[in-house]
Amino acid sequence: MELTIVRWLHIFAGIIWIGLLYYFNFVQAVALPKAKADNTAAGITKHVAPQALLWFRWAAAATWLLGAYYLERSGVGLGNAFMLKGAAASIGIGAWLGTIMLFNVWVLIWPNQKKVLGLVQADDAAKAKAARVAFLASRTNTMLSLPMLFFMVAGSVGHGLPAM
Amino acid sequence: MKTPLDSIVGTLVSGLILTVILYFFVVNFLVKTTV
Repeated sequence: MELTIVRWLHIFAGIIWIGLLYYFNFVQAVALPKAKADNTAAGITKHVAPQALLWFRWAAAATWLLGAYYLERSGVGLGNAFMLKGAAASIGIGAWLGTIMLFNVWVLIWPNQKKVLGLVQADDAAKAKAARVAFLASRTNTMLSLPMLFFMVAGSVGHGLPAM
Repeated sequence: MKTPLDSIVGTLVSGLILTVILYFFVVNFLVKTTV
């Protein structure tokens, strides 16, 4: 029962994380330039984006921690997953991709978004650079989310790939 | 400099290509050698 609850919470947190990632990429990144053009962007940058980023970064951390706990407690082993050993190979690829994505969230996206949103001091040139880095890191995570989800699913059900 | 990640379609196509590459990597290199 413990593992079912951990896996349930892992998927719940993952939906919040990846759902917000898709919101940023498919909705906000498209809408923001249009909102800036008619001077209505402040509603997004002051109220929506900080709240979305709060849930985004902590859901990312929770997803990774719950996934790591699950792998260790389920008998797969965190070490086996990251070493891509035997039946842990598929879920291990998913775990590596999820780890790279977590790094991008906390090291590239969040610190740079703080500059873009004015939560920390930055001049216009630094803000422009930060916006580009955060954008590309977010798009990289969207790209990585496809194989990450595939190998998370494959790690559970197999279909020609090693299943847990 | 523009990259495929500048567009949503480019991002999704890149993700699909990466998925296929990783799938064949797992099937041909990891499964054969470790299972």
